[in-house]
Amino acid sequence: MIRLEFVLMLSGLLFALSVAGIFLNRKNVILLLMCIELMLLAVNFNFVAFARQLGDLEGQIFVFFIMTVAAAEAAIGLAILVVLFRERSSINVEQLDVMKG
Amino acid sequence: MAMTIPEILFYVFSAVLVVAAVGVITARNPVHAALFLVFAFFNSAILWMLLEAEFLAIVLVLVYVGAVMVLFLFVVMMLDVNIAQMREGFTRYAPLGAIIAILVVVEIGSVVWVKHLGSDTPAAAVVAAVDGYSNTKALGAVLYTKYLYPFELAAVLLLIAIVAAITLTMRHRAGLKAQDVGAQVAVRARDRVRIVKMEAEKKS
Repeated sequence: MIRLEFVLMLSGLLFALSVAGIFLNRKNVILLLMCIELMLLAVNFNFVAFARQLGDLEGQIFVFFIMTVAAAEAAIGLAILVVLFRERSSINVEQLDVMKG
Repeated sequence: MAMTIPEILFYVFSAVLVVAAVGVITARNPVHAALFLVFAFFNSAILWMLLEAEFLAIVLVLVYVGAVMVLFLFVVMMLDVNIAQMREGFTRYAPLGAIIAILVVVEIGSVVWVKHLGSDTPAAAVVAAVDGYSNTKALGAVLYTKYLYPFELAAVLLLIAIVAAITLTMRHRAGLKAQDVGAQVAVRARDRVRIVKMEAEKKS
């Protein structure tokens, strides 16, 4: 029997690692996007684990929708990235300061 | 307590998954990071299969590994990124990242252990016990009835994503030799063939 606590800890560890990844690779937009994908995966783990624990399929339905949104997000994010690289020939976050934010 | 085979598999693949995640965030080369992420998705699919979410495991491999990660690899290889410049500040922010990661793990861990989440209620493993149970069939039965409207909204969202991605990346270059089908269809014989009247050559 796979224990719920263990799955939750695994998902927490995965989420923490991706948060650390955002700190480590804070210059590279591609790696930031990858870390976000990893975060969404960690969250999906929670849904799958609870769907199994509670015997309720709706958690899995939710994962299905999260994956849809994540796929759309990745497609648009990468499209923006390609346009950005064409305009500035760099994807360094430090150089993205046109809006003076 | 003796461990069952699914339990041992779960521990093994969880360890591999964590190693893959560490690889994603520390890889020097973005291509290696993307490949580590593919590895992490494969491991997650196996773990989801062990957690009795078979349909989602297959979808994870098909959608993430087959589509999203291939897209990532395309973009990573297409862009000429200066890796050395991207890596500066890596060691400077490593301690901060580690501290925050440890904090997150400790917080989640304390919540999970203190609340004894689910340890008093055994997993409702009723679904798998039924003979001829299919996870895909059960998901479909819920998705196409109760969640039909959100399902269609998700489809529209994907359509919008396609349109947005294509319009963002499409560009019109000058001097491109493209076909203009309308002009080709509308062409008439006299635009193409010119009949010249001239004297016949003299017979010698």
